[in-house]
Amino acid sequence: MSEPFWKRLTPGSVILEAGNAVEFKTGSWRAFRPVWKEENCIHCLFCWMFCPDMSVIVEDGKMKGFNYDYCKGCGICALECPGKKGKKAIEMQEEGK
Amino acid sequence: MATETKPKPVSLKELSKKEDRFTHGHRMCAGCGAPIVVKQVLMATDYPIIASNATGCLEVSSCISTYTAWKIPWIHSAFENAAATIAGVETMYRALRKKGRIDREIKFIAFGGDGGTYDIGFQSLSGAMERGHDMLYICYDNGAYMNTGIQRSSATPFGANTTTCPAGSVIPGKLQKRKDLTRIMAAHGIPYVAQASPSHWADFIKKVRKALEIKGPKFINVISPCNRGWRSKTNDAILLSRLAVETCYWPLYEVEDGVTRITFKPKEKKPIEEFLKPQGRFKHLFSPENEWMLRQIQEDIDRDWEALQRAASEAGQD
Repeated sequence: MSEPFWKRLTPGSVILEAGNAVEFKTGSWRAFRPVWKEENCIHCLFCWMFCPDMSVIVEDGKMKGFNYDYCKGCGICALECPGKKGKKAIEMQEEGK
Repeated sequence: MATETKPKPVSLKELSKKEDRFTHGHRMCAGCGAPIVVKQVLMATDYPIIASNATGCLEVSSCISTYTAWKIPWIHSAFENAAATIAGVETMYRALRKKGRIDREIKFIAFGGDGGTYDIGFQSLSGAMERGHDMLYICYDNGAYMNTGIQRSSATPFGANTTTCPAGSVIPGKLQKRKDLTRIMAAHGIPYVAQASPSHWADFIKKVRKALEIKGPKFINVISPCNRGWRSKTNDAILLSRLAVETCYWPLYEVEDGVTRITFKPKEKKPIEEFLKPQGRFKHLFSPENEWMLRQIQEDIDRDWEALQRAASEAGQD
């Protein structure tokens, strides 16, 4: 029999590895997925600033897409997206469709 | 102590190059306001940060079992003592620094929800502020005990429907006004107190930067929409916090060394209905028999906003 779980806990329940929540993927919570339309994106990065799950990928100050491993599909990015000429760069689509 | 140097403008491009010190994989609900508040606080500064956390949604969901979403030293001990805990850590730091065992400049931040700040943690917060610890307390105010199932707190606004003040045939939601904690903290005479919103991120980040440069106790109260408790959509956390500011329900201001300054004045003050309407917790206010409540909410907001503007103009800061 393997060691009981409580024996593997650190004294005082101290977590020694900072930020290890990345091992827990929350993407499966999602019912709607944000879809990025690059042609309408002005790289304002509001989606990145307002994402509660740090799931907007930005490289060199440019929006690059979403990290679907963690995105919970709340839709804040799509709502706050100013888009270009009235066309949003982020749209929410139902998962599995 | 007041810093008169012009703060650097906040650039999203620069901010986006920083490493997240609050990671994904936390288990806050989809569309929660609190992680947005935390990420904005931590991206505001490059200082090493040590944080304490009062019990609440943020604490239970960011640090579940053997997982933590924090990439900074973080401590939780109980509901009522986030401020006392970080005050103790800060005192230890000062002692070690005096002995020459630490030579780095470290900043101390306590995070608490409105339950852990307005109610349960109030005495420890008040005490830590009075003792003058060099710390910043950030309250993310979502207006009820959301973590345990939406019970009223002293931050719950007048008229809101919660599970312990349910709107029905007996009462039309909460009958008491929320207490104005930002002004209560300003009355402590501490060097810096501010009210902020995640929707106005540049303003918020500037306030955090300013606060961290000031020595002594600081307090920032931040509105943090909760779609579960406010009975709204998952995507409207930023929309609602913006409406809270634009209706002057949640005015953005700071009190620095006793001088009040309004940091954002809406071009046009929107009627409070715009903030209340999208929220299911205020649905009953829109039935004809509860019209007096809407009127009273608007009157209270108008009066508080007038008083705030008066305070700012008396200080020559409007």
